[in-house]
Amino acid sequence: MSIKLNALFSDSYVDVSQYRDQHFKLLESSKDVLPPSILQGNRYEQEKLLKQANTLYVGNLSFYTTEEQVYELFSKSGDVKRIIIGLDKVKKTACGFCFVEYYTRTDAENAMRFVNGTRLDDRIIRTDWDAGFKEGRQYGRGKSGGQVRDEYRQDYDPARGGYGKVVSRP
Amino acid sequence: IRRTSEPIEIEDRLESLICRVGEKSTSSLESNLEGLAGVLEADLPNYKNKILRILCAVARLLPEKLTVYTTLVGLLNARNYNFGGEFVEAMIRQLKETLKANLYTEALYLVRFLCDLVNCHVIAAPSMVAMFENFVSVTQEEDVPQVRSDWFVYVVLSSLPWVGKELYEKKDVEMDRLLNQIDGYLKRRLKTHVPMLQVWTAEKPHPQEEYLDCLWAQIQKLKKDRWQERHILRPYIAFDSVLCEALQHNLPPFTPPAHMPDCQYPMPRVIFRMFDYTDAPEGPVMPGSHSVERFVIEDNLHNIIKSHWKERKTCAAQLLSYPGKNKIPLNYHIVEVIFGELFQLPCPPHIDVMYTTLLIELCKLQPGSLPQVLAQATEMMYMRLDTMNTTCIDRLLNWFSHHLSNFQFRWSWDDWTDCLALDADKPKPKFVKEVLEKCMRLSYHQRIVDIVPPTFSALIPADPIFFYKYQDEANSALPGYAVAITVGNAIKNRASNEEILTVLKDVPNPNQEDDDDEGEGFNPLKIEVFLQTLLHLAAKSFSHSFSALAKFHEILKVLTDCDEGKLHILRVVYEVWRNHPQMISVLVDKLIRTQIVDCAAVANWLFSPNMAHEFTRFYVWEILHSTIRKMNKHVQKIQKELEEAKDKLERQQHKKVGSRSDEDGQLEEQIERLQEKVESAQSEQKNLFLVIFQRFIMMLTEHLVRCETGSVDFSTPWYKNCIERLQQIFLMHHVTIQQYMGTLENLLFTAELDHHILAVYQQFCALQL
Repeated sequence: MSIKLNALFSDSYVDVSQYRDQHFKLLESSKDVLPPSILQGNRYEQEKLLKQANTLYVGNLSFYTTEEQVYELFSKSGDVKRIIIGLDKVKKTACGFCFVEYYTRTDAENAMRFVNGTRLDDRIIRTDWDAGFKEGRQYGRGKSGGQVRDEYRQDYDPARGGYGKVVSRP
Repeated sequence: IRRTSEPIEIEDRLESLICRVGEKSTSSLESNLEGLAGVLEADLPNYKNKILRILCAVARLLPEKLTVYTTLVGLLNARNYNFGGEFVEAMIRQLKETLKANLYTEALYLVRFLCDLVNCHVIAAPSMVAMFENFVSVTQEEDVPQVRSDWFVYVVLSSLPWVGKELYEKKDVEMDRLLNQIDGYLKRRLKTHVPMLQVWTAEKPHPQEEYLDCLWAQIQKLKKDRWQERHILRPYIAFDSVLCEALQHNLPPFTPPAHMPDCQYPMPRVIFRMFDYTDAPEGPVMPGSHSVERFVIEDNLHNIIKSHWKERKTCAAQLLSYPGKNKIPLNYHIVEVIFGELFQLPCPPHIDVMYTTLLIELCKLQPGSLPQVLAQATEMMYMRLDTMNTTCIDRLLNWFSHHLSNFQFRWSWDDWTDCLALDADKPKPKFVKEVLEKCMRLSYHQRIVDIVPPTFSALIPADPIFFYKYQDEANSALPGYAVAITVGNAIKNRASNEEILTVLKDVPNPNQEDDDDEGEGFNPLKIEVFLQTLLHLAAKSFSHSFSALAKFHEILKVLTDCDEGKLHILRVVYEVWRNHPQMISVLVDKLIRTQIVDCAAVANWLFSPNMAHEFTRFYVWEILHSTIRKMNKHVQKIQKELEEAKDKLERQQHKKVGSRSDEDGQLEEQIERLQEKVESAQSEQKNLFLVIFQRFIMMLTEHLVRCETGSVDFSTPWYKNCIERLQQIFLMHHVTIQQYMGTLENLLFTAELDHHILAVYQQFCALQL
């Protein structure tokens, strides 16, 4: 009675994506100095953490989306432990992403299955596993202070500061 | 390495071939089955056991493809009689295991599979009838829960659409006897549980029938139609010439396992119906409520959801590619089945939000037709709000507001202006108001103002602003005003907790007697001054407020060291944030989690006279149920810790038999401490339910007595809400409440209680009897 027919009952929405945070564990040290074996160990550890994580990264938010709205939506899959709104490193204002941490993995999985890819503030948001919030990770990593994606994009998005920085810079 | 991985690869391939037979193929299903039967027959010498296990698994887990796999087994049996016999044996073993493991749904599918094997000439009809006779004889057992005999009757009846014709052709006398026995059982069984499970209390337009009653009516009609059933896909018909040459096997005599105390039979259900053929005027006709087609379609759609709920795109695609979809108004069936699950009492089979997302996927795949059916369904449910169960209204408004937030809140609000003429406490305006409040939580206040017509302004939620008592000089006459200003400045200047407590010493105590010499008794004004000011400074966001509560945790603990203190802190939170129920909710959650207030305090606060005017608001019940859930999770967590410690000790002792070590002693101490913790937590949990039920009983009794004395009809909207909220406590937490039934019956739900209130308790008991 032990066969579960894994081939048939996939749970792909919960799978870890291809994205890996390049800054994982390397905030204190320099990437250039570390030997490949340690970097590889980092990747292994990162993947392990992602597979156990209760925290989700949420992207494509409007700059105007509030913590309250995120709470309401993500509470639909379980009790939310905390939300950390992503901030522009320079302006310290919301820059379109956040972290949502649940008390249990199950609740986070249900968010990946049923909240990921639906709308918040009329925008399709995207969720992904996160290895866990650490101080400093709430800031955008783009040159101008926001997210990297807002540095280079060409389109006009009024909810994300208008044009990308590369377009608006002279 | 390659040599050992090959068999595994072949086994995976076999699994894939079998699981996916018939999907996305250019050839016909029949030719696919024929081909697969050939492949499997060739693989039998080397992979027989694997093939047996895969086939048993699909029989158990893929009921929506039942006849595909029974045909496959039929073909294999025709080619290899021994294999057929071994498969039947394996199925019987599996059936015994699933029953032992309380997996009644899977056992049901296994029996149905065996039944269809009669149609495929694998199993002899008389032996199937004999199994049915053994099942039905369970109805003669004494002192067993009704849900036990219910299940065995359900298994027999629900298999008849597949195999009724064949069994009647071979053994009509025996089958008639069986059906008569079932008829007698259905007439004498109790239906106390039904009102608690009905989505609507009204009989019109569609009665919410008890599931066995509905199935019986469907089987009666099928019998009248001489067992002609045309909806089920039967691939074996195409292979009749091959299959009828096959030798059949007899099922071994099967005795239903005896009832044990820890058996957990499925709970009874009510069949949810919201559509009939008049609602789908164009296109294929919807089969009637007592047609067997309706049963089979609904059963299959439920099974598809059960198989694929975790993958919404796949689930939607599978639902929409239902075989035979051109002959039925499939969109209507899908919408009805989905809402049937969402509104199922006590609980939906799957998490609520799944249904919202599934409906969105379905709208994406059928943009020209499904949204219209959904709109029609919403309109219908709005029209019938007056008789809809309060718990179901909760789920409806949660669904609707979340759904709208994915479609720019577009809705024909003008169609609902009729609700504006009604009293605010009537179901329709209440529903609209709560929907708009939920919509606001997913957006913002101005958005809601913009999306509804101006006529709806009375139903628009309040602007979620903070009310600060000590706002400006106009309030300077209020006691504590000066200290509020000082405390505010102290907080802004990052004063320490001691410094702030010193400042607070200057707050006079309105209850002089409570104060001791140190000025440290319960002082409501102190709580008010401090908390109002703190929350005012932190009002900007949830995070700000949480930080504030964390930073001044010590002070809050000191101020609320007694029950009155805890109650008062909750009152202050309400006072300041009464326009922002969501904020109240999250703050109460934090206060419980940081142990500033306990669960019973929250329950007492929600039931207090101060909150009576909010009693029918949705957020109050969100808070109460969330509080109960936290209590339950807390108990479960400590119980788990205790189990883990016990397991650890057992493992340790196992390793070194005889000798004891320091580690053992430490672990035993830890276990003792955890045991105490568990008992204390369970005591707190029991007390919480007692508080809640007591409050309900008091409120309802008061209302009923007042109405009787005044010769007024007691059935007001408030009463309906209150009695259904009481039901909701039982339904939503039935697993936990089961443990405390004895206490509840002895202390609270006694015969002296008004029969309206006692009925709720009795209906709840009937769910498991």
